[in-house]
Amino acid sequence: MSTTQPKTLYEKVWSEHLVVNETDDAPAILYIDLHLIHEVTTPQAFSLLSERGLPVRRPDLTLATMDHSTPTTPVRTLKDLQIAGKGAAAQVLKMQENCRQFGIDLLDFDNEQRGIVHIIGPELGATQPGKTIVCGDSHTSTHGAFGALAFGIGTTEVAHVLATQCLLQRSARTLLIEFSGELQTGVTAKDVILATIGQIGVDGGIGHVIEYCGTVISAMDMEARMTICNMSIEAGARAGLIAPDDTTFDYLLGRPWSPQDTAWDEAVTRWRQLPTDEGAHFDKSVSVDGKALEPMVTFGTNPGMVVAINDPVPEDGDAAFRKAIEYMQITPGKPLSESRVDVVFIGSCTNSRISDLQQAARIFAGRKVAPGVRALVVPGSQQIKREAEALGLDKIFAEAGVEWRESGCSMCIGMNGDTVPSGKLSVSTSNRNFEGRQGKGARTILASPLTAAASAIEGRVADPRRYL
Amino acid sequence: MKPISKIQSRTVNFANTDIDTDQIIPARFLTTTTREGLGQHLFHDWRYLPDGSSNKDFILNKPDSAGCKILVAGRNFGCGSSREHAPWALQEFGIDAVISSEIADIFRSNSLKNGLLPIVVDEGTLDWLLEHPYTEVTIDVVRSTLTLADGTTVNYPIDNFARYCLVEGIDQLGFLQKRASEIEQFEESRPWTP
Repeated sequence: MSTTQPKTLYEKVWSEHLVVNETDDAPAILYIDLHLIHEVTTPQAFSLLSERGLPVRRPDLTLATMDHSTPTTPVRTLKDLQIAGKGAAAQVLKMQENCRQFGIDLLDFDNEQRGIVHIIGPELGATQPGKTIVCGDSHTSTHGAFGALAFGIGTTEVAHVLATQCLLQRSARTLLIEFSGELQTGVTAKDVILATIGQIGVDGGIGHVIEYCGTVISAMDMEARMTICNMSIEAGARAGLIAPDDTTFDYLLGRPWSPQDTAWDEAVTRWRQLPTDEGAHFDKSVSVDGKALEPMVTFGTNPGMVVAINDPVPEDGDAAFRKAIEYMQITPGKPLSESRVDVVFIGSCTNSRISDLQQAARIFAGRKVAPGVRALVVPGSQQIKREAEALGLDKIFAEAGVEWRESGCSMCIGMNGDTVPSGKLSVSTSNRNFEGRQGKGARTILASPLTAAASAIEGRVADPRRYL
Repeated sequence: MKPISKIQSRTVNFANTDIDTDQIIPARFLTTTTREGLGQHLFHDWRYLPDGSSNKDFILNKPDSAGCKILVAGRNFGCGSSREHAPWALQEFGIDAVISSEIADIFRSNSLKNGLLPIVVDEGTLDWLLEHPYTEVTIDVVRSTLTLADGTTVNYPIDNFARYCLVEGIDQLGFLQKRASEIEQFEESRPWTP
């Protein structure tokens, strides 16, 4: 094979990190440039290191925070912080103890850089093009928006990376998804990715790394690109990637972990070599017409069960469809706009960045949340919280009757005290509408921040375009 | 990891497609710092009624399902979150192998790290198994075959390394540690540093 053979972005990042190449008999040993860790999927990994007396090989390449089991209730001082449940409290203590013992800097409760792990990596500039990034969390695919190869791993693999900074990996197949045209007003990255998962299915990406491209992607800012890559795992893909470009470099310039001065120029020169070469081979490809897309909402119990907001839910389907409809208490053949909403959650690693909050605020400004609806906005990081407050978004939310919280995973994963009560219907900007994901018996409709905010105002699933 | 060469058991069928890890082990049970104690919460919200009593209609609660070590499930089993608590819970409950026509990538990888065997078969074989609940099956891990009581044998695909690790009980962390000098060399010779 000649060295000039055109390569995909994925193949370039993959091959640059091969400590040992794969053979029929053994997987590759892949070097990891950035390991993100949080309190829920690491305690058993640290225990494994302790049992074997192993140190963490590269604490300097390890970024630690707490987000999943931490409370988001507003507090005046840290002393007022109430962690929900003994298990969660023990997990937080264990994280603090492990980081101390193994020499890892932890972005703890008192750290102003703390936030959801997939929000702070990019925010700090730790997420960079061409890096390999892993975390014991499936939404690690978010970081692919920068042209980094980023994927979720299990706890045993967390231990592998802590101890050796490497993983045993097989190379993936490649899937190119091209979005042509441009998006219409009121259609956001969340709608784009929900429509795409609806098209290719929740298993459409199994065994593949997706590269997203096309005019829709080029026109997106980094925050929108992160929303797209974030949900790659909801299509079953190992990772999602977007080629780095000037938008990427502008975002990273001057961030705390970004290269500085001459190192910056060298990095940008290197990053410009990363995009997929003309004529490179993909195992599969899919096209999506950007201008045909509309605001999307899920009706079922996985992210692939999705319709355009004014379209009726299908009349009938397979056993999984019927089970989902029964759980969701939704009428087949009717649009979701009749459905009364109990909770609106704007947050999560999918949609809790400043632009998401600004979109929500645009709809909440001068309006009130419908009676009987609990609406909450949970910023993705303490940095985003401060930024939103500097812009006065917190006041817009307060005047509309929306709760303004501390950062964390919150209602995306009902394990931190923030849950949707059983039987209640939530319109949520998070990434999973699985049964019970937001709390036992909770019914979840996934949507964009615009649709979620409009739904909070109307008290039913609402098309945001009439407010824009 | 304990070496595994053969699994022999009746199958228990769970025909649902896209069974996600939030169903296998709901997130509220992840507030733990150990691997133990998760089996009791396996499929919690399907397995127990709201009052905490056992849901008699749930497949794993049926008397015939007792002792079945092989779970046969619909397409795309284990999708969703990366929680390794899912294979830990299945194993502690007593499941040694999962058979489906598609198994989600991270769940499959996590299962192999723990000696829970994820087996992908073609749609025809899966349909046959789903139509014949509680079938006695022998999984020969060395030969990568499923054999029914009547002698019918099907090969299943598995990565050579994954099979080697299962059969020999290889500890993958130990395997990686043995390559420390190559890892060091990579760090020293790469053209840029993260």
